[in-house]
Amino acid sequence: MIDLPPSAPDGVVVADVLDAQIGCFVEPAQYVALVTAWREDGFEMCADLCAVDYLSHMDRPLPDGVTPTRFEVVVNLLSLSKRQRVRVRVQAGNEDPEVDSLFDVYPGVEAMEREAFDMFGVIFRGHPDLTRILMPEDWEGHPLRKDYAVGRVPVQFKEAPGPR
Amino acid sequence: MSDMTIRTAERVELLTAETAEGAQELQRRTATPTSELGREVGAVLRLDGRVLDPNAIDYERRDDETMIINMGPQHPSTHGVLRIMLELDGEFVLRSKPIIGYLHTGMEKTGEELSYIQGATNVTRMDYLSPVINELNYSLAVEKLLGIEIPERATWIRMMMSELNRVASHLVWMATNGMDLGSTSMMIYGFRERELILAFFEKTAGLRMNLNYVRPGGVAADLPDGWRDDVTVICDTIEARTYEYDELLTGQPIFRDRLVGVAPLTAEEALALGVTGPLLRSTGVPWDLRRTMPYLAYDQVDFDVIVGTYGDNFDRYAIRLNEMRESLRIVRQCVDRMPDGDYRSQDPKVTPPPRARINESMEALIHHFKLFTEGFHVPVGEVYSAVESPRGELGCYIVADGTSKPYRMHVRAPSFVNLQVVPLLMRGGMMSDAITVISAVDPVMGEVDR
Repeated sequence: MIDLPPSAPDGVVVADVLDAQIGCFVEPAQYVALVTAWREDGFEMCADLCAVDYLSHMDRPLPDGVTPTRFEVVVNLLSLSKRQRVRVRVQAGNEDPEVDSLFDVYPGVEAMEREAFDMFGVIFRGHPDLTRILMPEDWEGHPLRKDYAVGRVPVQFKEAPGPR
Repeated sequence: MSDMTIRTAERVELLTAETAEGAQELQRRTATPTSELGREVGAVLRLDGRVLDPNAIDYERRDDETMIINMGPQHPSTHGVLRIMLELDGEFVLRSKPIIGYLHTGMEKTGEELSYIQGATNVTRMDYLSPVINELNYSLAVEKLLGIEIPERATWIRMMMSELNRVASHLVWMATNGMDLGSTSMMIYGFRERELILAFFEKTAGLRMNLNYVRPGGVAADLPDGWRDDVTVICDTIEARTYEYDELLTGQPIFRDRLVGVAPLTAEEALALGVTGPLLRSTGVPWDLRRTMPYLAYDQVDFDVIVGTYGDNFDRYAIRLNEMRESLRIVRQCVDRMPDGDYRSQDPKVTPPPRARINESMEALIHHFKLFTEGFHVPVGEVYSAVESPRGELGCYIVADGTSKPYRMHVRAPSFVNLQVVPLLMRGGMMSDAITVISAVDPVMGEVDR
């Protein structure tokens, strides 16, 4: 377990997660402040950013002081100098999830935030170009949401040519 | 016949409408906000001392002085279906924007529908040039959630197979990069040598690509009889051939002219954009997960992490060429030190009973049936695991909810993140250098679009 960076905002809940990685839970309001604090503490790279839709697991066990919401944004930060990873999980809201963009802290999250928007409909405030990235521009819905059914193409059986 | 004939203008309009991606596309200069135009002068990185300076942007340039053209999605040098929109001033690239998604098949969604045993068949199709490493990454994540140990022999087999795969992947890169730069001989040689490795994969796992060989709990089958000879021949042949490539390409003036000093990248920029792999190492940052955050048994073998100095395309070429030699060095050590023992975990929870037992025992049959229909249950938890793929950090984030299918499976694809560096590398360069930039970034579209 390592300590939170000195400039971290209040209200951050730290929990141990598997594989000696540190997980912190933070309110959306303090999200960018916390990530900025980690960056100043030597976490040079944002390795990964993704969203999770906990539609059927609203009562999942989370540390005390964290109110679970349907959508969660998960950020994995990497420190090359300390050889450490840290995971920031932010509860993004139930309907119309919205968090601030990390673009000003790590420009490299641009594509990853666009992907999370495309797949989950999470709005990243302040993102320079929040458009769909993988799906076509006119696509309806956000495919990785749990209430978005897996599509299937009906199998078309053709009548076999009969004997002449 | 007359209604079949569509006039050219109408056809162009039709084709344009068919491929239009609306707001995802690179917009005309007059329709682009200042902050976006800032990309043209590199201000988007917001690094220290590089704030957006509006004076640096050329507002005076009118739309009819520049030209926006499409490169791709069907273009031989885009290595798949990558579409790049370029704003050109004569032959110089002002702005560019990669447009992706043409190969999107919803693999992350599919991953939620497949059990943990089936999952490896899904992830292996993402980065189709390094299937073993994809499976490995997924299996490591699942094993972390399960909390099981895998036998030593399985670890070493995995390591040997991933290094062979890394060589195969870099060989394809050498081949296609050669092709992009006009060296068609390299194209043939690269694929010829890769065939040796694919033949060994076929002998071991039954398939040349998309092996489904590394699975949670170990590997699917033990190495075939005579594998030591096969692998030694592969190592000897390819190692000798790397020196031939060196002779063919490295000193060749045309090849050098097109790579040396082209598309330089600084370490600061690479880190800000989340770039990993050979691209990051070309800037002089010695970051290789095999060395810096070891997994498998990489802390027990000798190899060097190759780093560049200038961060240009030539460094990227040199790094990949030398990484092949380092990988072969690891493979040789695997051959020498391959331990005996099981090739998969003997934990009955994740490993099906051996074939012979199924014939004689009803319980074994039921056990086998349950494992392959329902699958094993993984305890509640979430994990992020990462390995070094030939393209950079390949990560897998799995959320398990106690059932036999992952609740969420996210793959951090190195090509997807690395692709963001393309506009930066192309900016200000020649149109012909744009080809070498795509090649140097080495995106695998199956992984970018997933």
